Amino acid sequence: MQGPIGLFRSLAQDWGADLQAFRVVWAKAMMWIFLVSDSFIFGSFLAGYAAARLAATEPWPEPAKVFALHLGEREIPLLLIAIMTVVLISSSGTMAIAVYHAYNKNRPYTAFFLSLTVLLGLTFVSMQAYEWIHLIRDLGFRPWGNPMGAPQFGAAFFTITGFHGLHVTIGAIYLAAVAIRVLQGIYDRTGSYVGVEVAGLYWHFVDLVWVFIFAFFYLF
Amino acid sequence: MEHGSENLTHRGEQHQPIGVYLLVWGLLFVLSALSYLLDYFEVHPLALRRFLIAAFAFLKAGLIVAYFMHLRFERVGLVYAVLLPPLLLLALVAILLPEGQYVAEVRRLLLGR
Repeated sequence: MQGPIGLFRSLAQDWGADLQAFRVVWAKAMMWIFLVSDSFIFGSFLAGYAAARLAATEPWPEPAKVFALHLGEREIPLLLIAIMTVVLISSSGTMAIAVYHAYNKNRPYTAFFLSLTVLLGLTFVSMQAYEWIHLIRDLGFRPWGNPMGAPQFGAAFFTITGFHGLHVTIGAIYLAAVAIRVLQGIYDRTGSYVGVEVAGLYWHFVDLVWVFIFAFFYLF
Repeated sequence: MEHGSENLTHRGEQHQPIGVYLLVWGLLFVLSALSYLLDYFEVHPLALRRFLIAAFAFLKAGLIVAYFMHLRFERVGLVYAVLLPPLLLLALVAILLPEGQYVAEVRRLLLGR
């Protein structure tokens, strides 16, 4: 393990390099830079939500109650959200395994696990659509108000989960396109499966964002 | 350091055994379940519950970034470029939290609610 001075020296070496600072393929560097910018968007959303929640004088609707599901007699808090979290974590796992098989240039397995990831992603979006419909139609939640408390809740909820759902939807389309390219043998011909890894970065990031939404929006 | 263009493009590939991915996957499940149970059983005090939920979230984020996104195996230049800029968000949070509390106080004072 390098000490802090050794780390600083490698940092200076890398950033002081003349032509190529990051020494990864450009697609991977570009994806990382995009994801850093995206983390600012989601980070600002969550920080703005915290400020709006603190500034609200009416009680904040309790997510555990708002998102409870009825199973028979019992009301289970956040059940749908818990299932959605399991689905998205699983999709991240299948994506990681797809990248693993891509490293080994295993075409059918890569395509299979990519398709599985797309399926799990679509499952997640469908459950989110159900959640939105339930909230808007059955419970009367709107971006400007709701019957359960502070009106700011809807604005924060629809902005943050909506933007995240959009990311999952775009990701599912992106991964489907990559899976088709794998099946067509395009990565075998170019000799590099790095495209799968770059797509994986995007997908894991979407899961990463959900980690914070789950913690700070639903559980806090 | 240089091993030709093939290794240059694939530096992040350390060919981790598949068990590492499955282990991280399992850990993410466990940490999510723990966060959910903290909320489900309404563990008291609230500050402790929130601290643990936030801690588990950052732990999960670290696992995803380090292993699923292979950042652990990238060059240090890329690691710093990715991890340092989002720290600026802490400045935004530091500005917005007192601001939110201030707005709430003003509302209670002026609007009487």
